[in-house]
Amino acid sequence: MKIVLDSKIPSGTVATKWTKYRQEMKLVNPANKRKFEIIVVGSGLAGASAAATLGELGYNVKCFCFQDSPRRAHSIAAQGGINAAKNYRNDGDSIYRLFYDTIKGGDFRAREANVHRLAEVSVNIIDQCVAQGVPFAREYGGLLDNRSFGGAQVSRTFYARGQTGQQLLLGAYQALSRQIHDGTVKMFSRTEMLDIVIIDGHAKGIITRDLVTGKTETHSADAVVLATGGYSPVFFLSTNAKGCNVTATFRAFKKGAYFANPCYTQIHPTCIPQSGDHQSKLTLMSESLRNDGRVWVPKKPGDTRHPNDIPENERDYYLERMYPSYGNLAPRDIASRAAKKVCDEGRGIGPNGRGVYLDFSDSIKRLGRDKIEERYGNLFEMYERITGENAYEQPMRIYPAPHYTMGGSWVDYELMSNIPGLFVIGEANFSDHGANRLGASALMQGLADGYFILPQTIAGYFATHRNGRYSSDHPEFRKAHEDVRARINKLLSINGKRTVTEFHRELGKLMWDDVGMARNRAGLQHALQRLPEIREEFWGNVNVLGSGDEFNSALEYAGRVADFLEFAELLAFDALHREESCGGHFREEYQTEDGEALRNDGQFAYVAAWEYKGMDQFPVLHKEPLIYEEVKMTQRSYK
Amino acid sequence: MNLTLRVWRQKNADTPGKFVEYRANNISPDMSFLEMLDVVNEELIKRGEEQIAFDHDCREGICGSCGLVINGRAHGPLAATTTCQLHMRTFKDGDTIAVEPWRARPFPVIKDLVVDRNAFDRIIQSGGYISVSTGGAPDGNAIPIPKDDADKAMDAAQCIGCGACVAACKNASAMLFVAAKVSHLSLLPQGKIEQDRRVLNMVTRMDEEGFGNCTNIGSCEAVCPKQITLDNIARMNRLYMEALFKGILS
Ligand SMILES: Cc1cc2nc3c(=O)[nH]c(=O)nc-3n(C[C@H](O)[C@H](O)[C@H](O)COP(=O)(O)OP(=O)(O)OC[C@H]3O[C@@H](n4cnc5c(N)ncnc54)[C@H](O)[C@@H]3O)c2cc1C
Ligand code: FES
Repeated sequence: MKIVLDSKIPSGTVATKWTKYRQEMKLVNPANKRKFEIIVVGSGLAGASAAATLGELGYNVKCFCFQDSPRRAHSIAAQGGINAAKNYRNDGDSIYRLFYDTIKGGDFRAREANVHRLAEVSVNIIDQCVAQGVPFAREYGGLLDNRSFGGAQVSRTFYARGQTGQQLLLGAYQALSRQIHDGTVKMFSRTEMLDIVIIDGHAKGIITRDLVTGKTETHSADAVVLATGGYSPVFFLSTNAKGCNVTATFRAFKKGAYFANPCYTQIHPTCIPQSGDHQSKLTLMSESLRNDGRVWVPKKPGDTRHPNDIPENERDYYLERMYPSYGNLAPRDIASRAAKKVCDEGRGIGPNGRGVYLDFSDSIKRLGRDKIEERYGNLFEMYERITGENAYEQPMRIYPAPHYTMGGSWVDYELMSNIPGLFVIGEANFSDHGANRLGASALMQGLADGYFILPQTIAGYFATHRNGRYSSDHPEFRKAHEDVRARINKLLSINGKRTVTEFHRELGKLMWDDVGMARNRAGLQHALQRLPEIREEFWGNVNVLGSGDEFNSALEYAGRVADFLEFAELLAFDALHREESCGGHFREEYQTEDGEALRNDGQFAYVAAWEYKGMDQFPVLHKEPLIYEEVKMTQRSYK
Repeated sequence: MNLTLRVWRQKNADTPGKFVEYRANNISPDMSFLEMLDVVNEELIKRGEEQIAFDHDCREGICGSCGLVINGRAHGPLAATTTCQLHMRTFKDGDTIAVEPWRARPFPVIKDLVVDRNAFDRIIQSGGYISVSTGGAPDGNAIPIPKDDADKAMDAAQCIGCGACVAACKNASAMLFVAAKVSHLSLLPQGKIEQDRRVLNMVTRMDEEGFGNCTNIGSCEAVCPKQITLDNIARMNRLYMEALFKGILS
């Protein structure tokens, strides 16, 4: 049977669709809202803003997170900023330009209608956050300051020092706290969702584990919203927080929710290089540094001189050379691949030759050390703490690292998955960034989804589906609950010889080598052959100590790694099927003569939405064609 | 380097805990403190012993999850540094390091080095916000804010809610945490509108949670990884008194 994915994009020109949608959408009357229960899994920017706004509207909300407080979600770590088409700088920005930049940045693999809507609501986000007390950077006149960010030629990024994510998340957390106080939201911290319950084809609840007592529980609702973030730690080392995982969306996948474009992963160009095998995570140095830092490597391979001793004419400022009009601000995917290329040529720097310089000496000469300190002081400090090196006196060493995942649950224009009643928002869905996300647009998307889009579109579902909640005695709840318990018991009973971390590292290395920055058929096939072997060994030889009825971090971790081990196969499978290069997905077989990504619009201008068919079967591909009505697809050029 | 660790092990809130000695061998100075604990944990699992439980997530000093008392000092020896940002190059080969959880009555131990800090969330719920709902906010530039005020608000807003201030205080006072939020919001025009109600509610809640009084010793400021200053406490005390008087007069 051929299933046609209905993305429910409203008719009309791209600029009028969202207005038209809102004029025509169904509403739930205020007195009825409190009759609906909504589960929101996740309390990052997307989850916290959604839960708070739904609570304000009068719905009954239950919100879940695995950290000890909603304020600690991974969004807290975002440094650089958030985009909005305010045009406060009068530098030619507009909603259309933000829309166009995002579509182009995504290498023409995102849905036009969603992206335009995102650009439209971007301006409301800033207003909302200012009203909440987010202390954005300001100019002396008292107005909001802006900076430019990778992949854009205008200054449209709002920021709060190097802690924009923290301040935006605290704004959403405070709004959420107000609703918790008012009783519209019930918060479940240190609680992990382990499965989703589908009844008569609709999402009706979840199974959770209380991470303190170990108790597994069922929660029933009228709709379920997943805001569980991205899956970069499938590569083990990434810039993400240690707890980031794919469990929620992958469990939903196994219950029938399509997973879209899993192979679109973003490798961020400016991270601190790995220092040894003990490394547990990689630290991002905000992309904003590229505004004032110049990237270079020695011209000569194997040049081990101290960077300050290498004369100007023996340095290759390769981004400026290869992309004269964007220079050091070239988009992430392009900058990352360029770094890999020069290191592959033997010109990489640092202990293991996997690194390039990011040099501030020109900016310090031009603007003074004070100015640089004011702009990036905390980043320089963070760098020194980790490496023991002073970046005011010698260039930083940086290298690309897994950072963000554009793929995620397939959702329609209303942010609903193919399972009615299951909504997915924030980094967890696939929707707005195509094959590559531009800097400062994840925060924008998370808050757009949570504050302004989902709270509106979810009403349409309630207005047309009144099939109510089910008791947790329903056979589907009982079955899901038993499955979750059986899996926990299984993990605890293996008593093998290897630790969970060892498996995770092994997985990460395989994924980085074969499914990382540059992919090819042979490598992907190798990964696809190795993954089931690693998985089999995991289920036969992992050692998870302790019991399930208590606080047990090893058990939590084992469950997440078990899901990564299955999910990795889907990622590699998607990467193998997509025989083109686009954005963060670079297939070595498909490149232009000068090494740029070579898209194949004739065959691959679609969203790949995968349907689960069982453990031993290939997933089934459903294609959502991408139709460009407003923008003409071109080869991306940043030259 | 080779180290000796004395780590607080406690099965759960109801079981008494004790220090247990472990060896941490072949530790690289480039490791973070938590990576060093990862190494110890891997060895424990190999020996069939349960790993040491500790909270962590971002491992870059911003989420506020991690928090250990290291050699008697919250977050260890370095100023303005969270536990996850502390690197082993700060220690010497052969050192003995004591590792304990936050100790404060309002933060009961859950297991080993993990404590329950929900009291902080409940204080924020009592009023640590500006009461605006989504939608209808005026343009972001409608109210200019002097850069100096915005910067000061940001200084206070940087608090990561880790709880080191409470752990370091002999009275287990949460004044620095509460004052940081009260200051952040009161320094902005948007937050001034409900500042009386906010400060009264938050302080009441703080007392109800069992946090102690502030006796101006300043240990909190000394250990704060985000360098939140004592001026914030002075500002909060002033706002609190003003709010009380207004209440009495009206
Ligand atoms: C270091 C760094 C810097 C960044 N800087 C920027 C930037 O400057 N600008 C920008 O736009 N973007 C930036 N990003 C990207 C951006 O921060 C993230 O994409 C975004 O914050 C994700 O938000 P989210 O709400 O979707 O998910 P998250 O913030 O990841 O939240 C996920 C939530 O889900 C919960 N959760 C997950 N799984 C479960 C489960 N099974 N059960 C229960 N709860 C669960 C977690 O507890 C958490 O509350 C950065 C990312 C990193 C890593
Ligand atoms: S782990 Fe996030 S602050 Fe230390």
